[in-house]
Amino acid sequence: MTYTPEMLENIKQVEATRSQRLHQTFPAMTLEERNQLLNTFHPDYITESMREVRLGVDKGSRMPNELAEVVEGRPHIGMDFDLSQPDFETDVLIIGGGGAGASAALLAEEDGAKVTIVTKLRFGDANTMMAQGGIQAADRPGDSPAIHYLDVIGGGHFDNFPDLVEALVIDAPLVIDWLEKLGAMFDKTPDGVMMEEHGGGTSRKRMHSARDYSGAEIMRTLRDEVRNRPNITVIEFCPAVELVLDKQGQACGAILMNLETERYFYARSKVTILSTGGSGRLHYQGFPTTNHYGATGDGIAMAYRLGAKLAFLDTMQYHPTGAAFPEQILGLLVTEKVRGLGAQPVNIKGEQFVYPLEPRDVEAAAFLRECKDRHLGIVTPTGQNAVWLDTPMIDLLHEPGTIEKALPAMVRQYKRFNIDMTTIPILVYPTLHYQNGGIAINADCETSIPGLLVAGEASGGVHGRNRLMGNSLLDVTVFGRRAGITAGKYYKDAQIGEPTLEHLDAWKTERDSAGISSLLRTPILLPDYSRKS
Amino acid sequence: MAEKEELIPIYIMGKRYDVPASLTIMKAMEWAGYTLVRGVGCRGGFCGACATVYRIKDDPKLYFGLACQTVVQPEMYLGQIPFFPAKRAEYDLARLEPVAATLFTTYPETLRCLGCGSCTKACPQELNVKGYMAAAMRGDIAAVANMSFDCIMCGLCAARCPAEEPQYNIAILARRLYGRYLAPRSPHLAERVEEIQSGKYNDELTELKALDFNGLKERYLAREIEA
Repeated sequence: MTYTPEMLENIKQVEATRSQRLHQTFPAMTLEERNQLLNTFHPDYITESMREVRLGVDKGSRMPNELAEVVEGRPHIGMDFDLSQPDFETDVLIIGGGGAGASAALLAEEDGAKVTIVTKLRFGDANTMMAQGGIQAADRPGDSPAIHYLDVIGGGHFDNFPDLVEALVIDAPLVIDWLEKLGAMFDKTPDGVMMEEHGGGTSRKRMHSARDYSGAEIMRTLRDEVRNRPNITVIEFCPAVELVLDKQGQACGAILMNLETERYFYARSKVTILSTGGSGRLHYQGFPTTNHYGATGDGIAMAYRLGAKLAFLDTMQYHPTGAAFPEQILGLLVTEKVRGLGAQPVNIKGEQFVYPLEPRDVEAAAFLRECKDRHLGIVTPTGQNAVWLDTPMIDLLHEPGTIEKALPAMVRQYKRFNIDMTTIPILVYPTLHYQNGGIAINADCETSIPGLLVAGEASGGVHGRNRLMGNSLLDVTVFGRRAGITAGKYYKDAQIGEPTLEHLDAWKTERDSAGISSLLRTPILLPDYSRKS
Repeated sequence: MAEKEELIPIYIMGKRYDVPASLTIMKAMEWAGYTLVRGVGCRGGFCGACATVYRIKDDPKLYFGLACQTVVQPEMYLGQIPFFPAKRAEYDLARLEPVAATLFTTYPETLRCLGCGSCTKACPQELNVKGYMAAAMRGDIAAVANMSFDCIMCGLCAARCPAEEPQYNIAILARRLYGRYLAPRSPHLAERVEEIQSGKYNDELTELKALDFNGLKERYLAREIEA
């Protein structure tokens, strides 16, 4: 047993209140209560954790200190880089091989485009692969895209871009249908009815899942399909380090770096799609993260240098339930589906203290309050704060075996550390999970730069100031497809002129006049975890 | 706190490093000074990038695991298999039939399986790989799909297979055949797709998009929450 004797003793407290809690759920907050809690306890509201960016088209807008450093960074290459002979040419260049990039590639290819995906690590090494809980789509009787719309926009604090939310909810059932035709396996009853659960902030059960491998199932299916298409080329271990414009200001490809040989080359394209994902590996405020190794905000840095507008980058999502113990899995995701299936968060006294399915920002803030203000959290031997998540409730609320069947990845993860979450609760604490904002796009995934499209976590607007569970797998597929469709139309008439890196000259001048002396080269590509001494 | 801990010797590709005993293999490699490019991905047990083979001193047995999920042990000798060149067939799913012959023509080597179980021993997900390969030889696509569902496609099964099977690629073909052709269809989904394509929800969404903050807030608070 991995738990300490103190923890085992405390678990008895949780068990003592369980039978009563099975029939009683802590009430949900009003909007006013939510706002008050967020203002006091959500990490986004810690003033000194953010600052104004000192140059560029959104100069003066706020973002986390760590992201501002990356955004204000120094390019990898200089203006003298030779663009006269592209190393290869493609109609559509897709930067990033996650769910959005793969979806875009498929749709652009179907329109006749020659497509190239370049990806920093392996194709599919992306946050999409790690998403566990599910994907929202209003496809049940009693639900509708309009109700989904309200859930999304309320969860996002009514700040979301309406056109993007409309696209998200209206395309959602179409995406589920598309994924099924590609062979993705969703959880269903024997008569074919989708098994759908609530997520935080949803008013209807519309979370489709594939056990707790939902993202993995979608990602490996899309990846397999991409590999079957002769007109899509995938180049792995080859991130972009700079975007290129032609003299008319249209995007026309990127400078790539072979991550293994560290050689640079120029890929020329008629359309460029950024699907580089999020930035959890920047570890805002020192938080651990659920994100994959390559989530370093590359697309934001590159697009911003080019002059693309950003949106909502002053809001990051802290997932309420990151693993808090054992230390080896600190920060890894404990899917919201665990709460969707009925597990309650409980404090050291075995008491509920929050409605289990508030929107994520609210739920996370409630955990922070319970530990930091009320001091009713559990403290692990490494000093990590935590609350209990009472997982054994799930089998009691449903039927024995539900946890193993619905959450095999979670059960496996804890079993590796000798914790059987089907019979004893687990310890959780908020972890850095998602970049709510990003590069501003419209419903066709266009940015303020002609020929530059963005889809997925790298984009901003659809989730407003807070994303709901199950809307990121939906985001990458809906907007990945839309980017592919837009690219498929655009490339046919695109007249690309002479490529140039003049924007780097302007960037240098602006950096100098803003007095920015940091030598950090961005995008940073990988976090640095190697011990130096 | 890792610094205060007792250090244990491990051998990364034969070279000795002394690392804190509580670390995972991946974090131990970074503690030793490695900057990982290959053999690292999601760091959460979902992507299969960090397949690792190890042995403990004086124990002839080979063990298999994910570097991000496996804690180091004293006298551990480890090597990683970040890439394995297993065969992958190309196919057009829309033109395939969900029958046994599809598995055998797309992957003729399926029938070469010896049933030795080396694949099952190697699987870091503890899947019954030998069992799903037996199902594949029977042409039971649904069984292959369901038994292989938790596969992370790390390739360790293929790396160990004396019959040179690409088990994980056979399995994803089975899952895609199952998902597209054999899984029961959702009646609600088909209906909703038709409604959306006929424009049924367009007016309502246009109306919602036009609402101001107070209008939206009112509608949001008036939602009924499904029990």
